[in-house]
Amino acid sequence: MSKNWPLFEVFVRSKNGLEHRHCGSLHAADATMALQNARDVYTRRSEGVSIWVVESKNITASNPEHSEEFFEPAADKIYRHPTFYDLPDEVKHM
Amino acid sequence: MQDDKIKKLEERFEARIAADEKIEPRDWMPEKYRKTHIRQMSQHAHSEIVGMLPEGNWISRAPSLRRKVALLAKVQDEAGHGLYLYSACETLGISREELFEQLHTGKAKYSSIFNYPTLTWADMGAIGWLVDGAAIINQVPLCSTSYGPYARAMVRVCKEESFHQRQGFEIMMTLANGSPEQKEMAQDALNRWWWPSLMMLGPTDAESVHTAQSMKWKLKRKTNDELRQQFIDQTVPQADLLGLTIPDPELKWNEERGHYDFGPIDWDEFWQVVKGHGPCNKERLGARVKAWEEGQWVRDAAVAYAEKQSNERSLKREETVIQSKAS
Amino acid sequence: MKDQLYQYILGIADNSLILGQRLGQLCGHGPSLEVDIACTNISLDLFGQVRSYYQYAAKLAGGDASEDSIAFLRKEREYRNVLLVEQPNTDFAYIITRGFLFDVYHELFLERLMHSKDETLAAIAAKSIKEVRYHRSFSSEWMKRMGAGTEESHRRVQDAVDSLWRYTKEFFQPTEAEKAMAEAGIGVDTSSFKATYDQHIAEVLQEATIVVPTSPYFQRGGKEGVHTEHLGYLLSDMQYMQRTYPNMNW
Repeated sequence: MSKNWPLFEVFVRSKNGLEHRHCGSLHAADATMALQNARDVYTRRSEGVSIWVVESKNITASNPEHSEEFFEPAADKIYRHPTFYDLPDEVKHM
Repeated sequence: MQDDKIKKLEERFEARIAADEKIEPRDWMPEKYRKTHIRQMSQHAHSEIVGMLPEGNWISRAPSLRRKVALLAKVQDEAGHGLYLYSACETLGISREELFEQLHTGKAKYSSIFNYPTLTWADMGAIGWLVDGAAIINQVPLCSTSYGPYARAMVRVCKEESFHQRQGFEIMMTLANGSPEQKEMAQDALNRWWWPSLMMLGPTDAESVHTAQSMKWKLKRKTNDELRQQFIDQTVPQADLLGLTIPDPELKWNEERGHYDFGPIDWDEFWQVVKGHGPCNKERLGARVKAWEEGQWVRDAAVAYAEKQSNERSLKREETVIQSKAS
Repeated sequence: MKDQLYQYILGIADNSLILGQRLGQLCGHGPSLEVDIACTNISLDLFGQVRSYYQYAAKLAGGDASEDSIAFLRKEREYRNVLLVEQPNTDFAYIITRGFLFDVYHELFLERLMHSKDETLAAIAAKSIKEVRYHRSFSSEWMKRMGAGTEESHRRVQDAVDSLWRYTKEFFQPTEAEKAMAEAGIGVDTSSFKATYDQHIAEVLQEATIVVPTSPYFQRGGKEGVHTEHLGYLLSDMQYMQRTYPNMNW
């Protein structure tokens, strides 16, 4: 037989109030083991208070070849940003 | 036409690296970039894993509980570093099993220094001080290398490594300030590990085949000889502080160069070890292969169990669906 | 009384020392990198506990006693650990089974030691219990994986359970120091949770499709310093430096 353990991606919340951040990956036979392994591999120095694991194959990623049509159209929508609007300095609390 | 297109892609790729942009796994990259990275990252990963063995050798014999936990934690970190680096490799489309296969069959290389034996407790000090010291010099610049996953792995590695060298130096300091026997043990370890540590920074620039390309891709920021000089310059004062003598009669401060001059390195020894004929090559590789082969049934069991569990879950789901349809 | 407390602490701590030493031998040789790292974590937890206990014991003993003199400079007959924890790393099934049979006991024991009248012991127990809960969950998961995994893993883990089972009753056979400490409200009366132990073990073994041994023959002696032959080798390895180079700082 000899099937290999699948790859999991690990996300760790370093403390409450912060989002989970991707911190790396590891191999495990199932999700339970992946969580335990993640705890032992990625939080040995108190790096986390919560862990997510997801099997890498379940992640759908955007294709870098389509980056132009995917991301560049957002670049010129400067009216979405507060700095687009001219206000006199005297206006407070805005 | 096809060649033209590739040439353009390559130019854009090199321009991105020159502009300090990072390359990520799914980005287009020249095949040579991919291969070079797999080679270097896996060598690095293998070195971490094989590097666990000479130090692991002393975990059970550590002379105090404090030393024991520090050493155990350090060797464990090396497993972690290997794991981060194998993961970074895997983003380039090669599996960990394939990488292990390359290691176990002798196709892949790892740092030659781990083929030297650890004979006394002082070797734990010397390895931490010298070997980790040399490794850090190599590794810190890699935190800003061009390949994103490698750079990120190295940031993590360097952060964790910071205690390793201190751990080693503290052992050396305790021995150097201890009984005559202890001091002798420390000196003996320095004598045995000094030259291999210098070799660890790689062949001389004249003989180093990959340097130019690696510089361009930021896999290297300084040449082997520059790194070696840096290592010697920073280590000599540390040895003085310990009151230990570096085993090189030609070692001398060169006012003009602003660096230490040092004696010739025995490169024949280096190549002998690299080619598999060092004192412990067989033992190190043998231990890795043994662990992997003896672990086979364990890994298989975990896979079989996971499959059974997932089948049971889907059976239960089906039952629920049937029941809800029936009601 | 003070001497009995001292002996009692050694009895607790030696289990963690010897098991920690056994797991430490695995470092670098585990079946996968991830598992290697996990087992080392458990070993580090155990050594952490050992140091707290021995530091306390050294204070009680006074004089030149230190955590290291207690850890490294006793003779084989003076170690008080149960026979189970000194058994060798025969294969991964033995490693996990040994851990599992100990972890279930250890957790139940610490849950009670947390309420000790001795504040230091209660504090060490309160800190250790969090670590040990994880150990128990880790080893239980692996018992299930191996028991219900492949034919080979099932056979190996059943073999390990059959072989190590004879060392499980010793936990519940109190020494004089244990009796005295339990009566004083400092120690734990282990017989009070034997039934719970058996039940926890049976539950996991059932899920693991492993048959609970019915053999009525058990081994004991570790707590009184009468060990299996394995301990001597473990100690000569562990004590090598302290014995070869006496009276030095490391």
